[in-house]
Amino acid sequence: MAFGPTAIPNDLTLGATDASKHPAVTVAATGLFSPAFVSPIDRPPDGGTPAREVPAQRPRQAAHATPARGALPWPLGIPALLAALFLLVPLAGLLVRAPWQGLPRILADSQVVDALRLSLVCASAATAVSLAFGVPLAWVIARSQVRGISVLRALVTLPLVLPPVVGGVALLLAFGRQGILGRLLDDWTGITLPFTTAGVIVAETFVAMPFLVITVEGAFRASDRGFEEAAATLGASRLTVFRTVTLPLIGPSLLAGAVLCWARALGEFGATITFAGNFPGRTQTMPLAVYLALESDPDAAVALSLVLLVVSIAVLAGLRGRWLTAGGSA
Amino acid sequence: MSGDTLVMSGTVERGSFQLEAELRVAPGEILGVLGPNGAGKTTLLRALSGLDALSSGTIALGDLTLDDAATDTFVPAENRPVALVFQDYRLFPHLDVRDNIAYSPRVRGAGRRQARAAADTWLERLDLGALSSRRPHQISGGQAQKVALARALAAEPRLLLLDEPLSALDARTRLEVRAQLRSHLEEFTGPVLVITHDPLEAMVMADRLLVIENGRVVQQGTPAQVARQPATQYVARLVGLNLYAGTLDPATAHVHLDDGGMFTVTLNNDFADADAAASAVAGLGGPAGLSRPRVLVGLRPSAITIHTATPTRASPRNVWKGTVAALELLTDRVRVQVDANPPALVDISAAAVADLALRPGTGVWLSAKATETEAYPGPGSST
Repeated sequence: MAFGPTAIPNDLTLGATDASKHPAVTVAATGLFSPAFVSPIDRPPDGGTPAREVPAQRPRQAAHATPARGALPWPLGIPALLAALFLLVPLAGLLVRAPWQGLPRILADSQVVDALRLSLVCASAATAVSLAFGVPLAWVIARSQVRGISVLRALVTLPLVLPPVVGGVALLLAFGRQGILGRLLDDWTGITLPFTTAGVIVAETFVAMPFLVITVEGAFRASDRGFEEAAATLGASRLTVFRTVTLPLIGPSLLAGAVLCWARALGEFGATITFAGNFPGRTQTMPLAVYLALESDPDAAVALSLVLLVVSIAVLAGLRGRWLTAGGSA
Repeated sequence: MSGDTLVMSGTVERGSFQLEAELRVAPGEILGVLGPNGAGKTTLLRALSGLDALSSGTIALGDLTLDDAATDTFVPAENRPVALVFQDYRLFPHLDVRDNIAYSPRVRGAGRRQARAAADTWLERLDLGALSSRRPHQISGGQAQKVALARALAAEPRLLLLDEPLSALDARTRLEVRAQLRSHLEEFTGPVLVITHDPLEAMVMADRLLVIENGRVVQQGTPAQVARQPATQYVARLVGLNLYAGTLDPATAHVHLDDGGMFTVTLNNDFADADAAASAVAGLGGPAGLSRPRVLVGLRPSAITIHTATPTRASPRNVWKGTVAALELLTDRVRVQVDANPPALVDISAAAVADLALRPGTGVWLSAKATETEAYPGPGSST
């Protein structure tokens, strides 16, 4: 049933899917957010903060760059160039092959508008849910003294590496109409999640929340407890300390985590199509629309991919300014 | 408004470190807590402020029990009427100066306008009005110190704690801020504890001193007492005294030093009791050793005379031989470190150094009048 509306993938669709699905995440992870995102995973158990290490290294690199200018060793330079090309050429291809002539017609299509609206709404809702529940989770993982909390931390990050389709299957088993919790939910409230817009949000949250948790958890762990102690001596309860000191101090990381989460949710494909299906207007988000359009109307698929690319770039550009401002004042 | 008396008697454990402290601070009194790094000064403040709990003993402020290990009473930091000015100030970087000061009234339930009005009062009182909308990273160290004090006072505490309030400042700012801080602290009606490792700061700011070393209180007294009769080598070094421990023979006024050597001292009133105690012990037929009280002998570096030949003029002097180990130029004199039995620091003029042609390795004689020595009961002398 869940696989019904989708066609059997061929080489072309697989490649195109990758290109349309990953830019939002790949660009974010390798560009602006690599310190906040990559390093919480790589960080030693209770080691330094990645977000601080990176700015500290920057001046050093700049100082070394001056005498070394023009002497870039080719075993590094050439692979670096190839890597950059590999990341950028497919995006350039998207721009070159874009059906600029037919763009207004394609984008005016009500189904496209629906898919875009649904994508934005669901990604935003998934981000909101992730913030409401993921930030407290991150705090607990970062601050709890309970034994075994590191196991929880590892489990929470599992969806980061889990193939999204597997996530979708797992969600069906848990929240499907015959699922462990889904059956109870159906019995008690009559609500079923699979193949609904709410199901899209659930699937996107499942896949994207770990990005927020891992970023914010690293920030909580690295944040200066001294300010929290100061707040306590001034009469603030633990919850007040959290609200008035801890959260504002990790603001930049919170924003970064939320954007990563949102971008991941926007590009989510596997778990969504498995758990929520592909119903235009209800569960068909942009990545699904792109995938489907490749079968019938390749031009439309390229046009839709272009839209996702523009949204991703807009988010990055919008964030870069705020990120730098926050970094400068800290 | 009259304040409360702070009474603490207990033990704090932090990891393998243990602090044992007993102290009493009257309302309006400023107690200077002096000690080397790692002595337990900050641990003491953390226990008083409620950031750490006692492992045994009690802390009470007036009739309010803040911590009692025996009954499991522990008032957490946020509920204690205690404010702490941190060594690094810890001003909230995301709030401007005014909101930093308004923080405590705000989280204790005042409305935004009311809290800001309270902050404005303190801004004005500490002459910080011009800074009210600046962020902490936009103000100087001296200003940050005042803001931190204002933030603590705005919490309307009944006990005020300051952890090395001036250590983050450069030398010139420190002079200015020290005088101002003293006058602000004098206006405070409750007990005040000021931690410092700078003896001058302690002398200027505090009414009374408490010296902590290795987690133990080693001395309490007025600054004058501590400066004249230091109880340990650490304090002696801080106040610039030579300090020797030994046993006193009251009959001859000779002090036999633990590390060898002997001083003739002048006995002062401090020994009225010691003498009586010694006689009492002797009279009761106690062991002879007990009739020789443990004493400390303090000797100012400027009270010692340095000679390159045997001093000839006979007088009731302590004379001993040694070798110059090092010379150090202080602002207006030279401090000579002499390896001898006992070793000594001697202050002489730069001209005298030239006249005597002193250099490391020069053999010298040292002399000091008995009247220049300050002998007083040492640790373990009373019990």
